[in-house]
Amino acid sequence: MPEMVVETSKAIAIAVKLCKPKVIPLYPITPQTHIVENLAEMINNGELKAELIHAESEHSACSALLGAQAAGVRTFSATSSQGLALMFEILPIISGNRMPSVMAVANRALSAPINIWNDHSDAVSARDQGWIQFYVESAQEAIDATIQSYKICEDHDVLLPGMVCLDGFTLSHVYERTYVPEQHEVDEFLPEYKPVTKLDPSEPLTIGPIAFPNSYMEFKKMQNDAMLAAIDKIKKVHNEFAKKFGRSYGDGLIELYRMDDAEYALLGMGTLVSTARDVVDNLREKGIKAGLIKLRCLRPFPKEELRKATAKLKGLAVIDRHISVGYEGPLFTDVKSALFGNDIKIINFIAGLGGRDITRKHLESAFMDLKDGKNGRWLL
Amino acid sequence: MIRGFPEEEYFVSGHRACAGCGSAIAMRHVTKAAGKDTIVVQATGCMEVVSTPYPETAWRLPYIHGAFENNAAIASGIERALKTLGKKYNILVLGGDGATFDIGFGALSGAIERGHNFLYVCNDNDAYMNTGIQRSGATPRYAHTTTSPAGKVIPGKMEWKKPLPFIIAAHRAPYVATASIHDIPDLYAKVRKGLSIEGPCYLQICSPCVPGWGYDSAKTIEIAKLAVETGAYPLYEIENGILKITHHLKERKPIEAYLKMQARFKHLSAEQIKEIQATVDAEWNHLLELEKKQCRFY
Repeated sequence: MPEMVVETSKAIAIAVKLCKPKVIPLYPITPQTHIVENLAEMINNGELKAELIHAESEHSACSALLGAQAAGVRTFSATSSQGLALMFEILPIISGNRMPSVMAVANRALSAPINIWNDHSDAVSARDQGWIQFYVESAQEAIDATIQSYKICEDHDVLLPGMVCLDGFTLSHVYERTYVPEQHEVDEFLPEYKPVTKLDPSEPLTIGPIAFPNSYMEFKKMQNDAMLAAIDKIKKVHNEFAKKFGRSYGDGLIELYRMDDAEYALLGMGTLVSTARDVVDNLREKGIKAGLIKLRCLRPFPKEELRKATAKLKGLAVIDRHISVGYEGPLFTDVKSALFGNDIKIINFIAGLGGRDITRKHLESAFMDLKDGKNGRWLL
Repeated sequence: MIRGFPEEEYFVSGHRACAGCGSAIAMRHVTKAAGKDTIVVQATGCMEVVSTPYPETAWRLPYIHGAFENNAAIASGIERALKTLGKKYNILVLGGDGATFDIGFGALSGAIERGHNFLYVCNDNDAYMNTGIQRSGATPRYAHTTTSPAGKVIPGKMEWKKPLPFIIAAHRAPYVATASIHDIPDLYAKVRKGLSIEGPCYLQICSPCVPGWGYDSAKTIEIAKLAVETGAYPLYEIENGILKITHHLKERKPIEAYLKMQARFKHLSAEQIKEIQATVDAEWNHLLELEKKQCRFY
């Protein structure tokens, strides 16, 4: 397994190449562009046999993703922020038609004011559209989650699309040491794509019909059942991956750090978790029983896993990199609902919007507020 | 059945289109002309809604519907996927005038610029009929629609129809044509030509709409014929940028005959009819000139 120092965007492109998608529709948007630029280079240099589609908008890129997947091939695309917002209309059409496309989202704030830097408002806003969502912390995890996503999404009991979400700039443009799997290892892990339904004149079928009130709900129920079934598939695929490649991220859904005897813990997604690990270590040195929960998978939501992980906690601080304007952090809402009935104090911190740094100081203060019984707030 | 044309049906009976629907006639014959090795990509609209009420389908061809404005983009994905699989089928991209002239125009323009191999067929019925007869970029001047009502101050739609075939031709599309559901042999020939030519081809079909235009449902063919014979809907081809009129009119019928048959134009004054006639005359003369001079669209 070759070791290399690589920009995370390129790491994703390498992982995608190893998964051999056939069609890659793209549209440029910062900070996602390095991913598709790297793929374009691989294709034009003959290293990857795939077709690029230079779409004239993200809406069309996402639509081409649907078309290519429906024609029976593995696909990939990438986007950010307004790009994902423009794709929004097609996201539930891809998931509703049970097309297992995989897309990278280099997370970036939504306008206005226009801002190209990181937060989670783009992908979290798309949370309810039937895509499995992973939030990764490192270049290595970006590679691993991309390869895992194809296997999970294409499982015939799942058949749902997936997003690999990575913090824009903070991760997408960062160079890290990574281990890149060999092609034969990925080939052994990820079987060739075999579509369940496809557009084929020898077996004509209608994809995307109109469903009346007497059948629409059944479609949605089946989709939700598949998403819930994906919880076990994610764990299973993650374990297989760990066995083969020697790397793991908790159980594949959540990753725990110093949680065994923790009394208070932080919970978050993406790169802020790396800073939080350091904060937990510092607090431990001061004799505070601190812990950390990294939420790796936002949909499907790992409710039972979270309940188990927090069973002995006195307090939990949820760090949201997004605000549901008019209420609170959406992650906070999800966590509270999952832990309903448990005797635990849960507070919410809104942090890192539009690329604002999340420092050790921020997270330490959040932690101390939690311990001191204070309420959550914005970490400005 | 028309003598000499295939018996196979690919857009079959049982769909929920209105009696006398011009677009349904277009769907039936376009798919017959395309044949069985065809993948259909359809935009949201009447023809999609009436043909795919789950669990039924009127399509005997592989068919996909995604959204309203993205049929050309979905087709782009299909075309490239088939290329990687080493398969070659006809790709028939279908949309109404709302999907084609307005909301899906960007996606269509992008797909033509990229040069995907497909035939885009617009069943043009001059308005958003599926949502209840609203004005589109294809609606002719003075037509009454529910969002351009013939009022006391504003007499219907005030703008002229968007010259979409010319705009598509200017993209360097190798083949652009107009057709009408009253002339099926001509329609067949144009569909086959569009499918046989490599690259993005465009066909726009005059498809009268009974409730939208306001006429007796027995008169659909008659009205489509009149649209052509008055010059309201001229039939032509633009091959490699050069225009050729495919239905020459030695004597054009007065536009009034066409307008008077339709409730959407019943409010027109003599003055307004005169204005429409003058515009039809000017546009027809423009076509003759384009044909004569053989000037390229790009």
